[in-house]
Amino acid sequence: MGATGHPVAGRDGLAVLDAEEIRRALTRIAHEILERTHGGDGVVLLGIPTRGVPLARRLAARIGEFEGLEVPCGSLDVTMHRDDLRFRPARALGRTDLPRSGVDGKTVVLVDDVLYSGRTVRAALDALTDLGRPRAVQLAVLVDRGHRELPIRADYVGKNLPTSQREVVHVLLAEVDAQDAVVISDEGRPS
Amino acid sequence: MKRHLISAADLSRGDALLILDTAEELASLADRPIKKLPTLRGRTVVNLFFEDSTRTRISFEAAAKRLSADVINFSAKGSSVAKGESLKDTALTLEAMGADAVVIRHSASGAAHRLAGWVRGSVVNAGDGTHEHPTQALLDAFTIRRRLKAAAARGSGLDGIRVTIVGDVLHSRVARSNVLLLSTLGAEVTLAAPPTLLPLAVDTWPCAVSYDLDTELPKSDVVMMLRVQTERMTAAYFPSVREYSRRYGLDAARMARLPDHAIVMHPGPMNRGVEIAAEVADSTRSTIVEQVANGVTTRMAVLYLLLGGTEFPEVAR
Repeated sequence: MGATGHPVAGRDGLAVLDAEEIRRALTRIAHEILERTHGGDGVVLLGIPTRGVPLARRLAARIGEFEGLEVPCGSLDVTMHRDDLRFRPARALGRTDLPRSGVDGKTVVLVDDVLYSGRTVRAALDALTDLGRPRAVQLAVLVDRGHRELPIRADYVGKNLPTSQREVVHVLLAEVDAQDAVVISDEGRPS
Repeated sequence: MKRHLISAADLSRGDALLILDTAEELASLADRPIKKLPTLRGRTVVNLFFEDSTRTRISFEAAAKRLSADVINFSAKGSSVAKGESLKDTALTLEAMGADAVVIRHSASGAAHRLAGWVRGSVVNAGDGTHEHPTQALLDAFTIRRRLKAAAARGSGLDGIRVTIVGDVLHSRVARSNVLLLSTLGAEVTLAAPPTLLPLAVDTWPCAVSYDLDTELPKSDVVMMLRVQTERMTAAYFPSVREYSRRYGLDAARMARLPDHAIVMHPGPMNRGVEIAAEVADSTRSTIVEQVANGVTTRMAVLYLLLGGTEFPEVAR
């Protein structure tokens, strides 16, 4: 997950993706989802708050443009399923908003901004199990920065970004941060 | 947020909103096939009840279980307390058993505060004498916000909402906690009660006082009826139950004086026919059953926020 600060591309770090590149990456992922799921039938997009949610909405909009298909789209908060709750102050919860069609028997595509340790995705898989039984679960991320701590991989990746663990990757999205960019900085993890 | 929840005054507006917003998210759990979250797995919550209570104890028990905590119920009847054990010794016993949170109800005001000095876990006050009952105030605030603000509930306070609390304020911990919390959230609270049932220092409370219910009703968004607590009454506070009921009871005729959107609340248990008429309690304005359901959700939010994380990562147990 990206940090919640609001750094500005150029000032606080190196911009590795600009708005145009993010747009192209999402367009490609939308096409790949359609290809892999044979036309997007039975697909449900679930964004992981905060920034996975607008990404899921953008993907749904793209798929709608390409195929005239309305893909159900929602959000899945994973806070209560995280494995690091006991080591940090209790956090406010994000929203879980399932499309009316539910997830039973669907192909659920989880959407997040950054794939890092894989622990958020593990939590999401657990949270999903409590909500129903999808036919299959896939994962789409805008940035895969490596350093996995669990046997998890993404099915759709916007950009593979080799990083060192000291670096921080921020995904900025217009819906939340007033601009689109992926920024990498060397400030160490904000505590 | 502080480590304990003893008084509604412990909560800043930000804390209170965090609890209400968390409860808002947790409310959707009731519609899911699996009504359980793994968040407090391996944590122990002790329900320490020195005073009879059904709904509050069950509510806390359900809340803790839905968060996967282990629950130990301790009621004073038939326990070591009946043999003369002091609160402190009971507390030390619980401490030795490794309780992460203790939910306490006691007939003595201040019991929860004392307990907080003796145990390492979080203490949640589930009612101490005539002092406070903060989780009841939270669930009431949650119910008001959901009913009156509907879709705009998330993140908003109760600014400008007029709440009239009616009846036995003197013996009511619910009233005290509600006055404190609701005013923190921006509501305008009025107490309507006979002078004998108002506490001595009520003029220092952040609320208005009235002796006449009928003039308050047309300007109320919320009417909260309190139970007449005969078990705590050691003197004659009003001439007769019938007279009390005629001046301060909410019947259909009085309910008709309320604005159309107004709601009627009662913390339970009700004395039908005394402070509230049966037809009012069963009307669509009444939120009494909703308050019970919201109680579980709100207490889940409180337990999660007190136990779900740690403020001091370096001393994490």
